[in-house]
Amino acid sequence: MMKKPKIKNIPYEEFKDNETFEQLVAELNQNGTNVIVRTLDELIDWGRSNSLWPLTFATSCCGIEFMATCAARYDIARFGFEITRNSPRQADVILVSGTITTKMAPVLKRLYDQMADPKYVVAVGGCAISGGPFCKSYHVVKGVDQVIPVDVYVPGCPPRPESFLYGMMQLQRKVKAENFFGTTNRKENDPYSLKMDKENEQILNELEEA
Amino acid sequence: MENIEKNTAVQPEAKAEAPKAPDAVAPKVVKPAVAKPVPAAPTTPAENALDLVELTQDNFRQTIEADYQAGFTFLECLTGMDWGEEGLGVIYNIENPETGARKCYKIKTADRVNPVLPSVCTWYDIANIYEREAYDFYGIKFVGNPDMRRIYLREDWVGYPMRKDDEPEKFNPTRMTNEPLADETSGLMYDEDGVNYHTERSKIFEADDYVVNIGPQHPSTHGVLHFRVKLEGETIRKIDPVLGYIHRGVEKLNEQMTYPQTLALTDRLDYLGAMQNRHALCMCIEKAMGVEVSDRVQVIRTIMDELQRIDSHILFFSCLAQDLGATTAFLYGFRDREKILDIFEETCGGRLILNYNTIGGVMADIHPNFQKRVKEFIPYMRKAIREYYDVFINNVIFRNRAIGVGILSKEDCISYGCTGGTGRASGWHNDVRKRMPYAAYDKVQFNEVVRTEGDSYARTLVRMDEILESLSIIEQLIDNIPEGNYQEKMKPIIKVPAGTYYSAVEGSRGEFGVLLESRGDKSPYRLHYRSTGLPLVAVMDHVCQGHMLADLITIGGTLDYVVPDIDR
Ligand code: SF4
Repeated sequence: MMKKPKIKNIPYEEFKDNETFEQLVAELNQNGTNVIVRTLDELIDWGRSNSLWPLTFATSCCGIEFMATCAARYDIARFGFEITRNSPRQADVILVSGTITTKMAPVLKRLYDQMADPKYVVAVGGCAISGGPFCKSYHVVKGVDQVIPVDVYVPGCPPRPESFLYGMMQLQRKVKAENFFGTTNRKENDPYSLKMDKENEQILNELEEA
Repeated sequence: MENIEKNTAVQPEAKAEAPKAPDAVAPKVVKPAVAKPVPAAPTTPAENALDLVELTQDNFRQTIEADYQAGFTFLECLTGMDWGEEGLGVIYNIENPETGARKCYKIKTADRVNPVLPSVCTWYDIANIYEREAYDFYGIKFVGNPDMRRIYLREDWVGYPMRKDDEPEKFNPTRMTNEPLADETSGLMYDEDGVNYHTERSKIFEADDYVVNIGPQHPSTHGVLHFRVKLEGETIRKIDPVLGYIHRGVEKLNEQMTYPQTLALTDRLDYLGAMQNRHALCMCIEKAMGVEVSDRVQVIRTIMDELQRIDSHILFFSCLAQDLGATTAFLYGFRDREKILDIFEETCGGRLILNYNTIGGVMADIHPNFQKRVKEFIPYMRKAIREYYDVFINNVIFRNRAIGVGILSKEDCISYGCTGGTGRASGWHNDVRKRMPYAAYDKVQFNEVVRTEGDSYARTLVRMDEILESLSIIEQLIDNIPEGNYQEKMKPIIKVPAGTYYSAVEGSRGEFGVLLESRGDKSPYRLHYRSTGLPLVAVMDHVCQGHMLADLITIGGTLDYVVPDIDR
């Protein structure tokens, strides 16, 4: 008997479902997105998704598997992820591989804040997803999603290099379904644009009243 | 994996409850049948039980002084304890590095509100950090230690988490503010009379010192380690390590887990010594219970430990090369490491976290391909090592950066407790495999690799030579794996007889010890790991002084620490 794993965010049936993403793309395109803009979007997304630069960030065991993924046999360069950056300011994606403790949490948040948009987060391994084997500990954050927004979860303890690659490919798909021009369809709201929206609304209201 | 452990633990219980079924009915297990049940609790004290001598506050300092003069200059392990009603205290394991004689003491105080004990800082350099750990976890203050700051937890942490009556989660939500780091510290110091004491404040950094933070997010600290480095120009004047960014509270978790469950966490401490760590804990529990494991298990464990050691040393080489800018060498190392991981994967199912040793044996018998694969690997690796010398170790850039850099004397190594390759590069014969032979190490011929230079280059060479020694150990054993059970039959619920036990193995980077105090329950009362890496970080301040900032990377890389093992 096979037990269906429970995966946060994505229902099991949708896990291998390419359609959802394609639909999303189609829908966005339908909703009045301009033809020229659309082509540019795709070009940009294609470029972006194939040159995601990860931040060298590893706190424990999963980090060693990440190194193995970068090395000769699994060769992460095939996907364009090989340029690991040591500075968050140059990185596009942070692979949280390893346990995040409460002492580390503010540091992680700060690293994330220092990254330039668009930025993505992959939670690698049981520890980053939920605290893993240490979830009962007094000093471990029970999942990095409590600290920063996560795009892709890669389960395992540690995940095999193949899972890393699979997770990164999921992230690529996510990037490909993204708008660059016009509105952004990312999960969390950009605080700056939110503020601008509000201000614009206020001005409009005032104009109407006048 | 843990689930499987639990399952195997539960099944025999269910069987035992049923009225005695004839043996023939029992389901046939895999080839090497599981053998007779374990004899009841032994009457003679276990092989690894500690003979604890209790000292009082009055005679403590004289006794330690006398022992130190008699040659007990190696503080192997210092363990904070909470004995509940009896108070808080500390267990000391000390050793004479010349004769190998060992002693252990305990001392306690009944005062739980303001516990104060004498420090051993004056004799052992490493005690400073060990005592800070005991202070962090138990709140014990040591008189004579000038630096009583927390070491793993944040400075604004409330309470002492390892105390049995503490509720760490209640007062300590995840704080998202930046961590406060004081430049000042204080400690209790003895008055002139040597009995009373007073508080003394001291500065870690002066106001006009130039201090650079290295870490916690830095590619060459091998994990999340934080050094505060005081510089004068480019010269290092002082290093203050800040630990705990990966403190996972393993020791506290252990106290709520059953023995088979505690095993799972050992692999995740020093993940490059997963086999050895787990071996140490299994061995400690087995010896404490008086369980004899078969020769087959002993030999399998030995081979696995050595494979793991090679794996770790290859990673040492790769990371050092990477840190110093040699990417090719990094790729070579990882290419060869995959061969070992393949061997592990066939037998254990895992690549990095192996979960292989169990109490009373190993999880599964070796894979039919195991011997063949290992035999193919040995000549391959010998050839690879020559390549390592060609591409990196004999390279003039590396030689210039490593020779004469970060010299550690033998006395320093002993006083700081730097075991493993680091100590052996300075001429200290500290190999646990020779000092206290375990598993099948007394049946094989091998040399303890020792050099005398004590610099970064020597530390690299020691590890390269150790790979060759490990290969020769494996070569001697691989064709002579005796027949036998791979798992002794254990009771469904494992209880260790009351007492205090210590066992150690030679981990990939030094002595990995397990101190277990049991009260006869199904979970340990206290399980402390002697970290292999903590002394190596503690010595950084001493060894880096006067060197250039760039040398810190070389020195840190060749000391070879793994941070989750330090923070536990
Ligand atoms: S998920 Fe497992 S392998 Fe990864 S960091 Fe946590 S304990 Fe280590």
